[in-house]
Order: sequence, then structure tokens, then C-alpha cells
Amino acid sequence: MSTNTKSLIACRECDLLLREIPLLPGGVACCCCCGAALYRNTPGSLVRTLALTLAAAILFIVANVYPILGIEIQGVRNATNLGGAVYSLWNQEMRMISSLVCVTTILVPAIELAMMIYLLLPLSMRRVPPGVALILRILHSIKPWGMVEVFMLGILVALVKLADLSSLIPGVALWSFGGVTLLLAAVAASFNPRDVWGCLDREPDPKVSA
Amino acid sequence: MMRVTPSAAGLGLCSCRACGLVSRPDPAVGPARCPRCRSPLHFRKPNSVGHCWALLVAAYILYLPANLLPIMETGTLFASRKDTILSGVVHLWETGSWGIAAIVFIASILVPLFKMIALTLLLISVQRRSTWWPMQRARLYRLVDLVGRWSMLDIYVVTLLAALVQIRSLATVRAGTGAIAFGAVVVLTMFAAMKFDPRLIWDPLLKESES
Ligand SMILES: [Zn+2]
Ligand SMILES: [Zn+2]
Repeated sequence: MSTNTKSLIACRECDLLLREIPLLPGGVACCCCCGAALYRNTPGSLVRTLALTLAAAILFIVANVYPILGIEIQGVRNATNLGGAVYSLWNQEMRMISSLVCVTTILVPAIELAMMIYLLLPLSMRRVPPGVALILRILHSIKPWGMVEVFMLGILVALVKLADLSSLIPGVALWSFGGVTLLLAAVAASFNPRDVWGCLDREPDPKVSA
Repeated sequence: MMRVTPSAAGLGLCSCRACGLVSRPDPAVGPARCPRCRSPLHFRKPNSVGHCWALLVAAYILYLPANLLPIMETGTLFASRKDTILSGVVHLWETGSWGIAAIVFIASILVPLFKMIALTLLLISVQRRSTWWPMQRARLYRLVDLVGRWSMLDIYVVTLLAALVQIRSLATVRAGTGAIAFGAVVVLTMFAAMKFDPRLIWDPLLKESES
């Protein structure tokens, strides 16, 4: 790689070749051809993202352990948590749907949170964990499949549909899922993968460059 | 609208989809990889139009059973009903939940349809190397990418209801076969949108300004 390509960037959406310019804190660079966002300057985002990720991870565990919702019809009660809902659908011979729900609401968010903590915890102490490049690549490719915010809307629609059938008992996980949705949005807004790639450029990891 | 400045690919430079690093791939070395993150490098997503079409046609075909077959079967002491996506929306509307009915209608019916039509338009325009309204088409693609995931809404609603309403002899809800087709439509259109390469929208403009 020649050194003069270091400061070059290409727009992801129109492939316009541009030279990187320094930004003010909080600034966003946009492509002058198609208007796509190119990169951001987010000072101190590593530590802030780590704090948000840890909070989201704790709430996510709570949201998966406790029941989301309970119903009561003529004195008979039934409540379920997310895992229970996936399991129940699996037993109703709806394996495809059950796996789809499991992947998009449990697996992908869990992997995402675990990988973010694995990355950000050492990086915030100025150490580079092994396999950064691989983890960032995985994070980049699974990102579209985490759909906690859509699931949150699904809970609200289910609430309305159930309201005329039975009396509802909101569970702890209902509120925790609301919190997870907000925190994950904050994590996505605060996390700047460019900072992490930048750390990699400064301290080359032998495992990665090999 | 013309583009005077060259694209990275036009100068033999390739940007990594994963990390964004711009590098000059050496064809003599074999399949190019990003020097920073080792991702495979391509000037444009390989066979993007062909794969996108295949996924899109499959989604169009499955869109029919997704809307015609019941996605939810409800049984209570007094009655049992099978709901398709549309009849579910109508039921919500009739029982007075207009806001929720509108949300479900947009997420489950309008969004998948909009997504498939928009991708069809984008693919045709790219294949014809159209220079027509590139900015609007780029925005359309951004919108497709943004709204696609919200179609999963109905899948989650059915999952929650089918898990909760399992009170034997009083009320039961089961997921219907339409849900499988609907889930497949959502996943296929998401893959199709990922396969599409928005840079193809801008390439014909470049050729025009070069000649
Ligand atoms: Zn651009
Ligand atoms: Zn790379």
C-alpha cells in the first residue's frame, strides 16, 4: 500500500474519491456528490459508548430473564419471556419463524453487545485486544439483523390486540426492553468504528497484519 | 447532472466495505484483500444486479402466499377466526385501534411493497445505465435500507400472541403458514437491498462526462 492513499476516502454510496479533512468535534463530513455521511468526529466516544453498552447489556439480560407480559382470562394466567415465546413457537412446528425471532431479537443483539464490550473495555484502557479487525467485520455484517426496536413496537401492538381479549399483567421485561431499545439507539449513535480502526493503525496488531 | 471528479474505481483504487480503507489492489497477487482488515476487496459488489434480481423475484413470488394465507389462527370459546395480514389490520381498525391499525398497515403491507417496487426501479435504471435523477434514486435506496427492517413487526406480534394466548379451552392463538411466507419475504428483501450496490447508480454519469 502506498502511503499517499492513507488520507484518501471513497464515498460508500457513489465511490467519489475524496481527501480526508479534519473536522470540528461533533462534526460530520458529507459527500459533496450524493450527500451520504462519510465520517464523524466524536471525541471521547469510546468511553461513552462503553458505559452505554454495559448498561444496555445489563438491561438486556433482565429483559430476557423476566416475563414480558402476562394475561389473565377468567382466572387462568399465562406469562412468557422472550425465550419462552421462541420455544413455544418452536413446539408449534413454526421452526423457521421461531429461529428468525431468536436470531434477530436474542442472538444478534447478545453477540453485538458481547463483542462491543470485548472491544471497548481494553481499548478504553489503551490496550488493543486480539482480533479487533475480525470483530469489527463481524459487527459490521450482523448489524442489520439486530431488531430490538422493531420487537419493542411488536410488544406494543400485541398489548393493544390482547387488551380486548383478556386483562394484562405487564412484566419487568416490558420496561427493560424499552430501556434496551433506547440504550442501543444511543450506542449506535455514539459508536464510531473509525476511532477503533484508527487505534489499529497506530498500534499494529501482529495477529491482524500477519 | 454531471460528475467531473473521478470515482475511486476509475483511478484503480478500491475502498473496503468493512473498514473504509482505500487501497490499490494488485491484480498480480491474486484475489485482492484489504491490507487493514483482510476483507475481500471488490470495485463493485460482485454480480450485484443478478443476485439482487434473483432475491427480488423470489420475494415477489412469496408475497402472494404471505398475503393470502392466514398468519394467525385465533380460537376462543365462542368463535375461531383465521386472520391474514390485511384482515388483521381491518379487525384492528373496526375495533377502534386506528393508530395501531395504521402502523401495522404501513409496516406489513406498504413497506414490503414499496421496497420491492423501489428495488425493481433501481435495478432497471442501473441495467439501462440511466443517468436519470441520480440523487433521487440514491435517496430512494437509502430509504429502502432504512425502512425494510420494520416489516418484521407482524412476525413479532404473532410470536408474542401465540406464546401468550395458550389457555386451553378458553383461548388459543397459533401462527399460520402465511407467517412463514411473510418472514421469508422480509428476509429476502433485506438480502436484496444489501446485495444492491448504490455506486452503480452513479457510474453511468461518470462515463458520460469522460466521453
Ligand atoms: Zn457520495
Ligand atoms: Zn478493510
